[in-house]
Amino acid sequence: MSIFYHLGRYLLFLRQMFSRPERFRVYWDRTILEMKNIGIGSLPIVAIIAVFQGAVTTLQIAYQLISPLVANPVIGSIVSDSSMLELAPTITCLVLAGNVGSHIASEIGTMRVYEQIDALEIMGINSAGFIALPKIVAGIMVIPLLIVLSIFLSNVGGIVAGNASGILTPDEYIQGARESFLPFNLAFSLIKAFTYAFIITSVSCYQGYYTHGGALEVGSSSTKAVVASAVIILFSDYLLTQLLL
Amino acid sequence: MVEVNDVHKSFADKHILKGITATFQPGEINLVIGASGSGKSVLMKCMVGLIMPDEGHIVYDNRDFTSLDYKAMREVRREIGMLFQGGALFDSSTVQENVEFPLKMFTKMTPEERMERVNFCLKCVQLEGVNKKYPAEISGGMKKRVGIARAIALDIKYLFCDEPNSGLDPVTSRVIDGLIRDITKEFGITTVINTHDMKTVFDIGDSILFIHNGHNWWNGKKEDVKRSENAELIEFINASHFG
Ligand SMILES: Nc1ncnc2c1ncn2[C@@H]1O[C@H](COP(=O)(O)OP(=O)(O)OP(=O)(O)O)[C@@H](O)[C@H]1O
Ligand SMILES: [Mg+2]
Repeated sequence: MSIFYHLGRYLLFLRQMFSRPERFRVYWDRTILEMKNIGIGSLPIVAIIAVFQGAVTTLQIAYQLISPLVANPVIGSIVSDSSMLELAPTITCLVLAGNVGSHIASEIGTMRVYEQIDALEIMGINSAGFIALPKIVAGIMVIPLLIVLSIFLSNVGGIVAGNASGILTPDEYIQGARESFLPFNLAFSLIKAFTYAFIITSVSCYQGYYTHGGALEVGSSSTKAVVASAVIILFSDYLLTQLLL
Repeated sequence: MVEVNDVHKSFADKHILKGITATFQPGEINLVIGASGSGKSVLMKCMVGLIMPDEGHIVYDNRDFTSLDYKAMREVRREIGMLFQGGALFDSSTVQENVEFPLKMFTKMTPEERMERVNFCLKCVQLEGVNKKYPAEISGGMKKRVGIARAIALDIKYLFCDEPNSGLDPVTSRVIDGLIRDITKEFGITTVINTHDMKTVFDIGDSILFIHNGHNWWNGKKEDVKRSENAELIEFINASHFG
């Protein structure tokens, strides 16, 4: 099916979703629950990736810039900037697309094939809103926090790796990171985080919601959700960088 | 009262419903029978708006359901209960939470009042002491009964059941039939049931709609079925052991 068909149906899905909740309290409770699922569930993987990515980037930058003309703090500044601008938000969200996205799509897909979505509709509930809205709101609130954590931990990884391998001291690293720090970079990173959070959750909800068939199709929706979110994230990464930097 | 007026539905080039017209009365059990693949489930889904008919109207007590927007449609749906073939229970919630769910969404009851109502509904379907179990932990027949309890948690005016007995043993089937009949009579609900089960037809049916080739082939009271001279209907009934 054509990309325009999906785009149109996705936009209609979003429009149907944003309507007044039948009962605010129930939606809110579900949002809190989803925040817990997304946040706590993804914490370990996000932390591991951040630390290693910071460590590897430090070693690699040191290897590429090995020269008496380059002062050690420069390494700290490059690592901390590239973590903040690109690596932490984009790499983390690509992994979250796999982790959170596939979970969302298969959960909703299962609800679809076992007629639970139809059951919601028959009760007079806006099923798209009821199912998707709490997940999207939760994602938008939690994923940026995970990104901030990821930025912090990748610098920790960089400091530890730099120190352990004798490339630069923690003081030099921090000095470099502080000299190059721009508040705008952090803002840019957060803009990315919010955008990707919306992409991951809404695209996965969409894929799950329009599952047809049985268990097999739930699996394929989940795969499609991951692939589609990842591609859209990379594309908007390019777009945002072009527009804002 | 639910009126179905000249409803057509096609999927790709397959014309499934070719102009179905019928009236379903309150306080009665209205059965829809027909061969497998004749379009009973499609008709039911059209009636509740899960599928949009290509042509024709569905009217709920003078409200033309087919011409309503999504919001107004949801208002009407709050008066509808539907029993799905597999129960369609929410599997991350317990039995109790499943039945409580519509009350939480649409009433201002306190938690105590809700519990009282949940227990009343579960008692109606003869299920007690399973409140804390998850759908995966109960049998198929029990799931259907929880489905009924959830469908009647709010005061509904219309009840739709798609093959309430399929996959159940004869004893449980009769229990479910009895429950549906009692609820229908007691609350004056307009009940529509799709079924293959001739025992259901003769036990609890009031009026019968026989779908054949996408048309309402025969339509009438249960008592008239045996006197009917409609060849296809006779053949359909005779194929079971109750002819
Ligand atoms: N969503 C759909 N897309 C395409 N074809 C469909 C769809 N739903 C139903 N059909 C077709 O419509 C026909 C009628 O199906 P339906 O499920 O209504 O039969 P039924 O009378 O309920 O049969 P059974 O007694 O076996 O449940 C079938 O040929 C089926 O293939
Ligand atoms: Mg059917």
